[in-house]
Amino acid sequence: MSLESLTVARIRAQLLSRERSAVELAREALQAAEQGNQATNAFITISPERALEAAQRVDQRIARGEDPGPLAGVPVAVKDVIVTKGVRTTCGSRILKDYIPPYDATAVERLEAAGGVIIGKTNCDEFAMGSSNENSAYGPVRNPKALDRVPGGSSGGSAASVAQGTSVVSLGSDTGGSVRLPASFCGCVGITPTYGRVSRYGLVAFASSLDHIGPFGRNVRDAAALLQAIAGRDPRDATSAAAPVEDYAAAMNGDVRGLRVGLPREYMKGLPAETGALIYRAVDELTRLGCSIHEINLPHTEYAIACYYIIATAEASSNLARYDGVRYTTRAKDSGTLASMYRNTREEGFGAECKRRILLGTYVLSHGYYDAFYLKAQRARALIARDYAEAFREVDLIAGPVSPTPAFQLGEKTADPLEMYLADIYTVTGDLAGVPCMSVPCGETAEGLPVGLQIIAPHFQEGRMLRLAEAYERAVRR
Amino acid sequence: MSTSAPVLADPAVIAKYEPVIGLEVHVQIGTRTKIFCACPTGFGAPPNTNVCPVCLGMPGALPVLNRRAVEMAVQAALALECRINPYSRLARKNYFYPDLPKGYQISQYDQPLAGHGGIEILTGGSPKRIGITRAHLEDDAGKSIHDGFSDSDRYTYVDLNRSGTPLIEIVSEPDLRSSSEAYDYLTALKEILQFIGVSDCDMEKGNLRCDANVSVRLRGAPRFGTKAEVKNLNSFRFLKAALDYEIARQVAVLEGGGTVVQETRLYNPDTGETVSMRGKEHAHDYRYFPEPDLAPLRISPEWLEELRSAMPELPARRRRRFLADYGLREYDAGVLTQSRDLSDYFEQAAAAAGDPRLAANWIMGDLAGLLKHAGKEIADSPVSAAHLGELLSLIARGSVTSKLAKEILPRMFESGEGPHAIMEREGLETITDSGELERIVAQVIAANPKQVEQYRGGKASVLSFFMGQVMKATRGQADPAAVTGLLKEKL
Ligand SMILES: [Zn+2]
Repeated sequence: MSLESLTVARIRAQLLSRERSAVELAREALQAAEQGNQATNAFITISPERALEAAQRVDQRIARGEDPGPLAGVPVAVKDVIVTKGVRTTCGSRILKDYIPPYDATAVERLEAAGGVIIGKTNCDEFAMGSSNENSAYGPVRNPKALDRVPGGSSGGSAASVAQGTSVVSLGSDTGGSVRLPASFCGCVGITPTYGRVSRYGLVAFASSLDHIGPFGRNVRDAAALLQAIAGRDPRDATSAAAPVEDYAAAMNGDVRGLRVGLPREYMKGLPAETGALIYRAVDELTRLGCSIHEINLPHTEYAIACYYIIATAEASSNLARYDGVRYTTRAKDSGTLASMYRNTREEGFGAECKRRILLGTYVLSHGYYDAFYLKAQRARALIARDYAEAFREVDLIAGPVSPTPAFQLGEKTADPLEMYLADIYTVTGDLAGVPCMSVPCGETAEGLPVGLQIIAPHFQEGRMLRLAEAYERAVRR
Repeated sequence: MSTSAPVLADPAVIAKYEPVIGLEVHVQIGTRTKIFCACPTGFGAPPNTNVCPVCLGMPGALPVLNRRAVEMAVQAALALECRINPYSRLARKNYFYPDLPKGYQISQYDQPLAGHGGIEILTGGSPKRIGITRAHLEDDAGKSIHDGFSDSDRYTYVDLNRSGTPLIEIVSEPDLRSSSEAYDYLTALKEILQFIGVSDCDMEKGNLRCDANVSVRLRGAPRFGTKAEVKNLNSFRFLKAALDYEIARQVAVLEGGGTVVQETRLYNPDTGETVSMRGKEHAHDYRYFPEPDLAPLRISPEWLEELRSAMPELPARRRRRFLADYGLREYDAGVLTQSRDLSDYFEQAAAAAGDPRLAANWIMGDLAGLLKHAGKEIADSPVSAAHLGELLSLIARGSVTSKLAKEILPRMFESGEGPHAIMEREGLETITDSGELERIVAQVIAANPKQVEQYRGGKASVLSFFMGQVMKATRGQADPAAVTGLLKEKL
């Protein structure tokens, strides 16, 4: 049982023609998720009650002759760092193993209002900290394209579920590449919108100034449809943007002739040969489509990883302070004093990578180190953002690799955190600058491992980015 | 913590030293809702009922700054003559505590809302300016309840109703030189904040809390001594007692050849002592950094001007105006500007009466007496300012004697009616019927032949005797001008 042949548009057509009902589709999706999970471990929680209720609402709307919404009946998987009222939300951590949120994230509310059917919560690196999905307290996710390999992280479950056909679209979150990397590794489309385009209300914070909710789909149109449903100003998120939301379906008109596409020298030099060949082949395709290709510089790229790991860990050390055993976190037993309760709860509850980042973040914010680390990183961040601003004076979009390598073996990099951090080398700059970026499949290696092409756009130019991605996708699938 | 009672210096020795004190005052801003969510700020609700995901620090919840809290904080800072920074930032202050649900407080650090202000206080009868270093916005934590439950020996209970209550922290310069100055400063601060309606400053409800930085130095010494921070000075009485204790303790340490340690001390109101909480080496590292969930706070010149013009006149300025415009005595102007309600009441009554000094006398005299007796505040006075003014205008015009007015006012106080309604109902209407008045005047003249003779013999002052007799006969209801006219005519 797989939903692999389904798209948002096809589901809509089937529902409106009464070929099948949303409830029937939800049942199939739930069954597919249960079965598929045995191979990939993509879901932490499957939520049949919530799914069937949502599907019933869609069927009722159709029965009443109302528009069932742009995502009517579409089975959606939601990363387990996005809160769902009444459905356990673990963040991939032991410390929240019993946490049932009392409210829905704005993105969840909006996708359900659009007719989406949430079938479950997907596995991820603990608090979205990781690039391989091996940092989950609920076991690693396996890449559906090669089960001995990682799906990429941290939104590994969301990417795997879509790639495997246990959902049609899914929500992930991206702080340093956590949507684009797994999209690239699993061979699906993943979008990181402009910072502020999608409300973060209900996205459990890892690094607030870098966190984005972003959609996955098996094709550009499906991912764009989910983005359309969740984008827009939210009064509950003070960092969400008031800028009007474009009509993405209309923006994807296939006309990309004359678009100036930049190719960053810093991304291309030193790229492993196999990945490089696939990226250059994609760039050639863009030329055939009528784009002009320009070599550009993003000179501060070399500082990105250091800058990212200072800012992200600093914010994380503060964001994760609330998991203290006092209220909703799983409290360590037999703690005689307040201090030992804190210590034991956090010692038992957090995994190694979380602890590493909390320690790093605490250190860089400490008295006497703040200026040397945090402030300097903020200055580097401003320079990286300026690199993009200057590049976008010359070009309309930027294209390049998502990651130097395709999906690696499970356990291959767990011994060396630094090497793992370098998997994000081409993705963190987009998050640091807050610009929209995405990964679209651009072929496979000799071993049959997918590789993604990254497309980056100026702030709030998701429409332009999607237009190129969709035109490219159509050209290579032909 | 030391268990042996510390030695305190005696007053003669203390007098050789000069205390140097700065206060950090936390004031609850009186918004209806919390600073980062829409929960009500009310006091006394059952525990953990005025809460939501935001103020509970639930995963994924985000703060949104309450515009009204910013406006009121700006007005407070303006009243403290601070410069308002057009660009300021919220910052996270990180520490663990069970009643701090997010694991950090959202406060302001290197870019506060306002600073460089000051207020003038009256201390020991003379004015002194106390500098305000800074004023900034922050959210309050919840409340830890350590006793009162059957398992309080093992558990602390947490009530998060208070969590997210808006506060303004006001930090003074180390300009205070005695516990009395500190007391006078806190009093003045409280009056200003109450007056502009930013806070009720109710210390019992925890709406005004105070910590002090205290050091001592030999009089004339050029540099400040090492300071200790004294926490938990949450009543005016505690403030003075704690500062006096801490000053005496530090002097005793220095006199004994020791050095004052930089530390945080907690005042214990039961023993009247301050005890060491943590030394410098255990000082918290709060790891402040800019709050990434909130954009920088920008106060445009237009917004600032709008807020400034919407502010009521401050007590000090109003006092000066009362002296100049109404010709009030210094003392009266001081009393009448103690609260905004009282000075508003006075201004309305004075306008209606047409005689400000008369209004001042009656408000501070008879009306104050009635209010005190009834246990009421001026804001709840049954006699409105307009009604009082009406009564006083009758006196000023001579239609009612002061004596009669003193009878009418308590009835107005009882019924809430205006003077005319009372006078009509009680038959206290001034006698304007010339026929009746003529009859009474004739009676009085007939009954006092000796005085008639004196008057006719040229002793004009006897006229006031007749006036008194007529008033007596009319129970003060006669129009004095009409009586004078009739007397002159008949005599
Ligand atoms: Zn709340």
